Amino acid sequence: MISRDQVLHVARLARLELTDEETVTMSEELSKVLGHIEKLSELDLTAVAPTSHVVAVDVALRADEPHVSLSQEVALAAAPDVADGGFRVPSPQA
Amino acid sequence: MTPAVEYETVIGLEIHVQLATRTKMFCSCGLGFGEEPNTRTCPVCLALPGALPVINAEAIHFGLMIGLALGCKLNDRSIFDRKQYFYPDSPKGYQISQNEDPLCSGGELGGVRIHRAHLEEDAAKTIHSGGGGGRIQGSAASVVDFNRGGTPLCEIVTEPDITSAEQAGEFLRLLRTTMRRIGVSDVNMEEGSLRCDANISIRPVGQQELGVKTELKNMNSFRFIERGIRAEVARQEGLLRAGEPVVQETLHFDPRTERLTSMRSKEEAHDYRYFPEPDLTPVTITPEMLERARAAMPELPAARQARFADELGLNPDTAKLLAWRTELGDYFEAALAEGDADAVPLANWTTNELVQRLGADVDPAGSNVRPAALAGLVTLVTEKKITAGAGKTVLDKLVAEGGDPTAIVETENLAAMGGAEELAPVVAAALEAQPDVAARIRGGDMKPIGAIIGAVMKETKGRADGKEVTRLVREQLGL
Amino acid sequence: MSAELIALSAKAAADAMASGDLDRTEYFEAYRARAAADELNAFTWVAEEAAGEPVDGELGGVPLAVKDLFCTEGVPSQAGSRILEDYRPPYTATVVEKLAAAGTVLLGKTNQDEFAMGSSNENSAYGPVLNPWDRTRVPGGSSGGSAAAVAAGLAPWALGTDTGGSIRQPAALCGITGLKPTYGTCSRYGMIAFASSLDQAGPFARDVTDTALLYRHMAGKDPRDATSVGHPDEIVLPTAQDLRGVRLGVPENLTGEGVEPGVLAAFEAALEQAKALGATVERVPLPHADFGLSAYYVLAPAECSSNLARFDGVRYGMRAEAADLTSMYTRTRHDGFGPEVKRRIMLGTYALSSGFYDAYYASAQKVRTLIADDFAKAFDRIDFLVTPTSPGVAFGLGALTDDPLAMYLNDYFTVPMSLAGIPAISLPCGLSEGLPVGLQLAGPAFSENRLLDAAHALEGALGFDGSAVLGTNPRGGDGPVGPNDGGLVG
Ligand SMILES: [Mg+2]
Ligand SMILES: [Zn+2]
Repeated sequence: MISRDQVLHVARLARLELTDEETVTMSEELSKVLGHIEKLSELDLTAVAPTSHVVAVDVALRADEPHVSLSQEVALAAAPDVADGGFRVPSPQA
Repeated sequence: MTPAVEYETVIGLEIHVQLATRTKMFCSCGLGFGEEPNTRTCPVCLALPGALPVINAEAIHFGLMIGLALGCKLNDRSIFDRKQYFYPDSPKGYQISQNEDPLCSGGELGGVRIHRAHLEEDAAKTIHSGGGGGRIQGSAASVVDFNRGGTPLCEIVTEPDITSAEQAGEFLRLLRTTMRRIGVSDVNMEEGSLRCDANISIRPVGQQELGVKTELKNMNSFRFIERGIRAEVARQEGLLRAGEPVVQETLHFDPRTERLTSMRSKEEAHDYRYFPEPDLTPVTITPEMLERARAAMPELPAARQARFADELGLNPDTAKLLAWRTELGDYFEAALAEGDADAVPLANWTTNELVQRLGADVDPAGSNVRPAALAGLVTLVTEKKITAGAGKTVLDKLVAEGGDPTAIVETENLAAMGGAEELAPVVAAALEAQPDVAARIRGGDMKPIGAIIGAVMKETKGRADGKEVTRLVREQLGL
Repeated sequence: MSAELIALSAKAAADAMASGDLDRTEYFEAYRARAAADELNAFTWVAEEAAGEPVDGELGGVPLAVKDLFCTEGVPSQAGSRILEDYRPPYTATVVEKLAAAGTVLLGKTNQDEFAMGSSNENSAYGPVLNPWDRTRVPGGSSGGSAAAVAAGLAPWALGTDTGGSIRQPAALCGITGLKPTYGTCSRYGMIAFASSLDQAGPFARDVTDTALLYRHMAGKDPRDATSVGHPDEIVLPTAQDLRGVRLGVPENLTGEGVEPGVLAAFEAALEQAKALGATVERVPLPHADFGLSAYYVLAPAECSSNLARFDGVRYGMRAEAADLTSMYTRTRHDGFGPEVKRRIMLGTYALSSGFYDAYYASAQKVRTLIADDFAKAFDRIDFLVTPTSPGVAFGLGALTDDPLAMYLNDYFTVPMSLAGIPAISLPCGLSEGLPVGLQLAGPAFSENRLLDAAHALEGALGFDGSAVLGTNPRGGDGPVGPNDGGLVG
């Protein structure tokens, strides 16, 4: 139901590396779950409005007042790699 | 032989305007410019686990003002969505933007239809650096600074109504002056607070369907935009004339080399997987919010230009200059209100003599020349109390020291010379001093009369009326 | 001495400390020692000592176990994931802050399924949690560490989160009480997100009164969470002793199919008790409840695929070294996430990807509307819905790990309430095969006070005894006990 190529395409979108074995397992497991989810297509939903928030909330806006920011030291404290006060990452093209 | 095909250009623009709020779009970090990297961050704009966005009320307010300025429909209910892509400048792995239900839709500015205007957050700054240092020895790396990340942006998308590079430039200038006028942004292209992408296609004249478009990304000055569009239109036309297809791609224009390079040839087609941001509820625009936005709207440049032209009779260029340069227009209107000067000469003096002396980018309100003084000066000139030349001298004095024009005319003795009795002896003396010039004029060659006029002006410190001098020369030489 | 302290309810202990009859340090240390000696793998971090100055307040001095995914400043907050190993956030979740302000003292962080995805706690990168009733069985999930810790007397109470049943199901499987409040009544700020539109913090306790007491200090609108609304009413401690005039509804489609016979028996016995207390019981239609799981397994993975995109090896957490950016991302996420998390990220990414949005995400949101409407109609007729919390009792470790779909079916009774955002409480109603069975009561949005009252009345009548695993049972000794300890169900 969901092919190996589809799995690899989705994995690319999700930035997930999958081994060959994981790709096979994933394809089987996703197919099974999607099979169950297909149940949704039994319903006629054309006249139904979607719900994205279950509880009606008054619009929650924030006053435009600055708060103290984190120090550079704290901001970078958990970073795997740091240089020149910033978060270092490998270049897109190596 | 068939006649050569004529092509027409179709351009749509996507403009990102950084909003001049005090804090970021979804967190309370102050907006940063030029601070040390990563000193304007918090759990929200670093996308730490567990942090949640909260909408900045002022960004909504500015968004509504932009909508009003562009004649948009302001939607009662708008929805923030997640636009998902991985890049180090996007810490959450998605940008919070608006997709299907933007804050503003439809509209028009300067004859170009507006498709929509919506709010979103800016990306962080990625500085690409060479190899060396750090842990990844020798390999190229980037360093990310999140100070800018999360700055509120209004993205304005036009319909594909623009047909030339010049029109694109003109539209952007009007947009910039309009944004500046309503005070929602610094709109400075060099600093990146106004950024523009252009979607460009061409098609044979008369063809209905649009050609394949390319996207010209992130051009950072008006000049580059116009040059970039021209280069791209020429490139596309070259391709089509050679029988080759235009490929849909994103291009970068290098203003130094005038070269266009493809930016994302390798990257797979985007699939942003938009869905409504579950951390934010829909934004409902209340009548109070609308009222506040309406009350904050000043007269817009386009309307002001029309008023200057229609009501004050200014010529189109002068009206536009005064309307588009808000501070200049404000100064002009203050001078008009404070004195008895006529609008047309006052406008000319403001846009020519005053701007020349102060510099194009200086706000005259901060100069030594009070609006009332300029108005008084222009009145003196139009009432022929002083000559235009003397007026310029007075203006020099005003720019340098300020003061009152009438007083300056008095102390500097610049009042226009009354009539023939006062001026005749000066003219006679000048003719006497340059007998060969006088002889040539008498012989019917009027060209050297300038030498006589110059001498008279010098003697009278410009207080003489050039026309009267000419009349007296002719009279005295019996012509 | 310790056993007596552990046997105290949190409320009784708080009252005793307020009046000076109980020493705060002694009480805290009693729990700290037990948590430090945890044999259930319920804790991923235990405090060395009570942090900060003691705060007076209604909860003054009561230790609190906190599910790992609540950010706590300077304290590991790993959400059960390898990708956040030893991550110490620079800030604390609002709910934890509020409870600290009311006087609770951070005792430790509890184990959980990775990013709250799971129903067995076997998806933790830090190993499974063992069920104190039978250490060969799971405690339920995803808040399994919190549930096991409270049941085994390693903590007087604990914080959990519930997305599709992650408080109610482990509460049921461990024989304690757990409340999933109305969505939005508690702040989500600082809670490491699984599925934003469903996640809700809630309390675990050994009785309904403690559950109410903890929740009372959790609820509240938070300016840092734009979806939080707080609670319109002050949460009061429940007092009801009977159910006179209370109309209970059992879903029509609850036929017993797929429900273990022992669970069904305990459930039906509990209904008889409810009737004896004065309640009426009727069948109510919930025509779309059967679609709940399908909708849930679209919405939750879709949101999680997005929420977990921030774990990219750039700003915090694990990073796999690689020469180029894309490889760094893909390897970091491959190595950092466990199989269940990857499965859900894949499922969610697929459901949102171009061409599938309408068939999956949009449809699931519409089903959500239908389910919420079903509940609204039901609550015109009845006060509370009542179901077994889970179709079965605690299952064996490893029993379902190879069958994700069977694992997902554990959430059958709990997911519809999550989709509708309504409150539901699970309380122990008896034993089956010597293991606890949970009863779920669900009410309309913001009905927590009434719900807690009803649960309180039922609790009194049901008289469930969890002392067998509390470590206060004279036969079981002082520590957490398991099947090998004398006198326990095995
Ligand atoms: Mg944009
Ligand atoms: Zn921030």
